[in-house]
Amino acid sequence: MAPVLDSKIPEGPLQEKWGNYKNGIKLVNPANKRKHTVLVVGTGLAGGSAASTLAELGYKVKSFCIQDSPRRAHSIAAQGGINAAKNYPNDGDTVWRLFYDTVKGGDYRSREANVHRLAEISNSIIDQCVAQGVPFAREYGGLLDNRSFGGAQVSRTFYARGQTGQQLLLGAYQSMSRQIGLGNIEMFSRQEMLDLVIVDGKARGIITRNLVTGEIERHAGDAVLLCTGGYGNVYYLSTNAKNSNVTAAWRCHKKGAAFANPCFTQIHPTCIPVSGDYQSKLTLMSESLRNDGRVWVPKKQGDTRKPKDIPEDERDYYLERRYPSFGNLVPRDVASRNAKISCDEGKGVGETKLAVFLDFAEAISRLGREAIEARYGNLFEMYERITGENPYETPMRIYPAVHYTMGGIWVDYELQSTVPGLFVLGEANFSDHGANRLGASALMQGLADGYFVIPYTLGNYLASNDLEKVSTDNESFATAETESMARIKKLLSIQGTKTVTEYHRELGRIMWDYVGMSRTAEGLQTAIKEIAALKEDFWKNVLVPGENSTFNKNLEFAGRVADFLELGELMARDALEREESCGGHFREEYQSPEGEAQRNDDLFTYVAAWAHTENGHQLVKEPLEYENVKLTTRSYK
Amino acid sequence: MADSMNIKLKVWRQAGPKAQGRFETYTVPEANPHMSFLELLDVLNEQLIKDHKEPVEFDHDCREGICGSCGVVVDGVAHGPQRRTACCQLHMRHYKDGDTIVVEPWRAEAFPIIKDLVVDRTAFDRIIAAGGYVSINAGAAQDANSLPIPKTAADLAMDFASCIGCGACVAACPNASASLFTAAKISHLAMLPQGAPERKLRVTAMVDQMAEEGFGDCSNHAECEAVCPKGISISAIAMMRREYVKAVMS
Repeated sequence: MAPVLDSKIPEGPLQEKWGNYKNGIKLVNPANKRKHTVLVVGTGLAGGSAASTLAELGYKVKSFCIQDSPRRAHSIAAQGGINAAKNYPNDGDTVWRLFYDTVKGGDYRSREANVHRLAEISNSIIDQCVAQGVPFAREYGGLLDNRSFGGAQVSRTFYARGQTGQQLLLGAYQSMSRQIGLGNIEMFSRQEMLDLVIVDGKARGIITRNLVTGEIERHAGDAVLLCTGGYGNVYYLSTNAKNSNVTAAWRCHKKGAAFANPCFTQIHPTCIPVSGDYQSKLTLMSESLRNDGRVWVPKKQGDTRKPKDIPEDERDYYLERRYPSFGNLVPRDVASRNAKISCDEGKGVGETKLAVFLDFAEAISRLGREAIEARYGNLFEMYERITGENPYETPMRIYPAVHYTMGGIWVDYELQSTVPGLFVLGEANFSDHGANRLGASALMQGLADGYFVIPYTLGNYLASNDLEKVSTDNESFATAETESMARIKKLLSIQGTKTVTEYHRELGRIMWDYVGMSRTAEGLQTAIKEIAALKEDFWKNVLVPGENSTFNKNLEFAGRVADFLELGELMARDALEREESCGGHFREEYQSPEGEAQRNDDLFTYVAAWAHTENGHQLVKEPLEYENVKLTTRSYK
Repeated sequence: MADSMNIKLKVWRQAGPKAQGRFETYTVPEANPHMSFLELLDVLNEQLIKDHKEPVEFDHDCREGICGSCGVVVDGVAHGPQRRTACCQLHMRHYKDGDTIVVEPWRAEAFPIIKDLVVDRTAFDRIIAAGGYVSINAGAAQDANSLPIPKTAADLAMDFASCIGCGACVAACPNASASLFTAAKISHLAMLPQGAPERKLRVTAMVDQMAEEGFGDCSNHAECEAVCPKGISISAIAMMRREYVKAVMS
């Protein structure tokens, strides 16, 4: 049966909703907190901050991650920065403006109340991180420095060189480590969640696999927090880490948690282009580079001259030309689509012709090489290590790549999914970014959810529900364990002829070709057919080496690819159903004469939540109501 | 596309923590100069799987040099020949057709081998849990700009904070010392006013934990600095020693 979606948005004017919510919730008294066990899956910005904060409050926390250490979660790779409405530069920023930019940037497909709360909380996050010792960039006067990011006309992005995600994650990790040392968090690294255990209709536990020994473990608790990140690796090539996956979220989905807006994926405009078939992942070049880099292609098709030999008047700075007020700092979806258009017109550069230039020559001559080195030195080094080219001397070649997924498990205002007791935080949920996420907002959301939202909403849940202790001997645990084990045995028993990577790559090709930057009804139907066929073949012909009772990365990957195959199909269906273009979802049939995305607010101002029922996937709609923001055509011209 | 290369790999294989290890030699006939070193191992593993052999296990994740998951000794050097580069960003253009590359796991008592090239680095987590943090609960912080920090101090703190916890410093050290790792965190927090209230407790607890985990002490070889993918300076270790002396003498 499909669930009824109640977003539980609090009463009152937008600015007072979060306050009203906090005033009205039930609290768990300090002595009772230690009686509650909370299972937190994932240790990125959302999971790390949630685990440490809940432990600080006195809850008993069990934390799980697939990496060998919680410090390695993929949040660590975020480069550019984190937004907050501090208005330290005195350039006109407010909580309202951050809220408005984020809603607009998301192309009016997110919930007003959630986004406003995010903007309200943003400032506390910066305070918290600075207090932890996060070494943000500073001015000579000793105060914090800011820079600009896409989709905003103020400088509100705080950063720590090109390693902001690393520093914020280490801050959360260190807070977690303190609680581990104090015995308030029990840490389970190299453990993968394989299933959610539901007892009496509530999330009460998880099944995990010990990735070193292969043992299946049962863990019981009073609530489960899913903080397992996004599903960009469904495309095989993405900027995600190799181990990022959808399995934990997908298992929860199959146990009843609705999956919202799966087709909303973010293709990041500035990544190092693909160089060959062996390619295992793509590397992002931070959006911050667009502060000083100018994007261009040759005006002439098939121009093979070296960039320095192409005179100014034969270059097309297409973002500056088409979007004079935002220029190179248009939002990501707009920048990506325009790069694709230029390459489709035959103006792409480099060996593969699937790249555009990101040129720093003008900035270097204006500011000097030293200033550019101070701002982006580590990114330039990384570019040179990967490509063998020196970006101080020749423009970078960049191309869009899958980077982030706005879709995810549906949650209400309390971050609770359609399964009571299952809360979903960070990129794993769908909630705050609509159809497109603005740069430097992912770090903000992950930490907002973990440090400042979940402590309240989880407390309200625990205090409002009578949660009898559940033992791992409960039948639901046994069933879930048996199912997980059967699946592993099945994967190992097929012993076919194609490797897991081969299937994953093939799935990625289908997704990129038909469910990528530009989509059509025909292409999506083709994708659905091709994925179904690939899935069938996978379960007949996959070759997984080794055995279960040992460290076996291919077995891990096999389980994840099996889930990606199911998710890919749903993404294509969701994209087919949404007959409009918005944010990262561009349907060729729905565009303005100038080639801009054309939304259909009358028919599609809703969240598409997909329920997994015995009769397959069923679409349930949550209408989005805009009471404070007027829906307009997003313009960055 | 550049010409493909024939690369020979001598790889350490070890079935489990207690098993006897050995080198096995493999050939990858179609290596490409644009590939990363880990992509070379990927290609090797695809070959092995197709031949119904067990692939070589190695830790890896972000493949952009920041998560610290990967780390193997390449021809005797932790992370391989390119300075300030984790092996995920080492590219095959630094090799030529016909080369033989020897690949081993980190070797240190405190990093037991799990399988093949995968080692257990949880000792690092326990060092951080001993004191590598500022005790501040969520919600208790003052305004971020209320404490000005000189840019030079903040920049230096960032240099130390950029440690990715890969363990190359331990693998390169003749004493298998974790001094650079431990000192990087101590120095990062010692540079900042937020770290001041706990600085004495921190340094003694972390140094004690390092010894307890079975890491050796530092005897100033500076091999750690030479292999550190983030180029963290051994001046961190000097600072750790000063912090330690200040903590125990006062």
